[in-house]
Amino acid sequence: MEFTLKTFIFYGFALITIASALAVVTVRNIVHAAFALMVTLFGVAGLYVFLQADFLAATQVIVYVGGILVLILFGVMMTSGRLEMRIHIERGQLLLGGGISLALLMLLLTVIANTPIWKNLTDDGSPLTPTTKRIGELILNEKFLLPFEVVSVLLLVALIGAALISRKEVRD
Amino acid sequence: MSLQHYLVISSILFSLGIFAVLTRKNAISILMGIELILNSCNLNFVAFSRFVTPAESIVGSEVFRFDGQIIAIFGIVLAAAEAAVFLAIILAIYREFGSIRPDEVDTLKG
Repeated sequence: MEFTLKTFIFYGFALITIASALAVVTVRNIVHAAFALMVTLFGVAGLYVFLQADFLAATQVIVYVGGILVLILFGVMMTSGRLEMRIHIERGQLLLGGGISLALLMLLLTVIANTPIWKNLTDDGSPLTPTTKRIGELILNEKFLLPFEVVSVLLLVALIGAALISRKEVRD
Repeated sequence: MSLQHYLVISSILFSLGIFAVLTRKNAISILMGIELILNSCNLNFVAFSRFVTPAESIVGSEVFRFDGQIIAIFGIVLAAAEAAVFLAIILAIYREFGSIRPDEVDTLKG
């Protein structure tokens, strides 16, 4: 593979994503972990752009960085006193968890390297076409209409449920 | 960039998420691990729909590669709903127990 600017940027995004994900799981301070998670989410959005999913990349930034990350930071602020901000991990659990996740990674990499039909599937170099129009048609008019309606009802249920669970109990 | 590049990145993200879920003692850190796992799944969906295009999705000259992207959008919506409910439960647990360490919430332990 020739080393063009595109591959350089791709490896940059991949490196940023993996390094910040590593920071999410290793950094001691939970607020720092949340900000590292923000960088990871931006990195994944950049990889979506490389996969020609521009609408999805924008959605990722808006929903994850603008919504879920703010929720997580609110959760940190409301539940962690100054003392609990730092994360401590037991040694045995660290070894066991590290062993399990490393074994899982090795298994996945072996499968990826040895599946013949996934080999040599490279970028065909087709130009980036806007995906928003087609996604809108598919969601609102064609085969994904029913899942879209179901998922909107689910979102409503989750919102009402979250408000109900987290409100203060009124004692009479 | 081949399909395998994306698969390697997403499997690294997946194992890091599993590592966070297994080792962290704070429920919010566990939520961050779950978000990493969901992101790796979404990345896999989009990568497969970009590179492995089934024959029936080629209509004329236009190639439809949207199924994976739309499933990833649904995945993001589900992640948002999950995060909202998760944090509501965490707040309720914090009020009840004064802590969000999952191993201290053991009222149901026999």
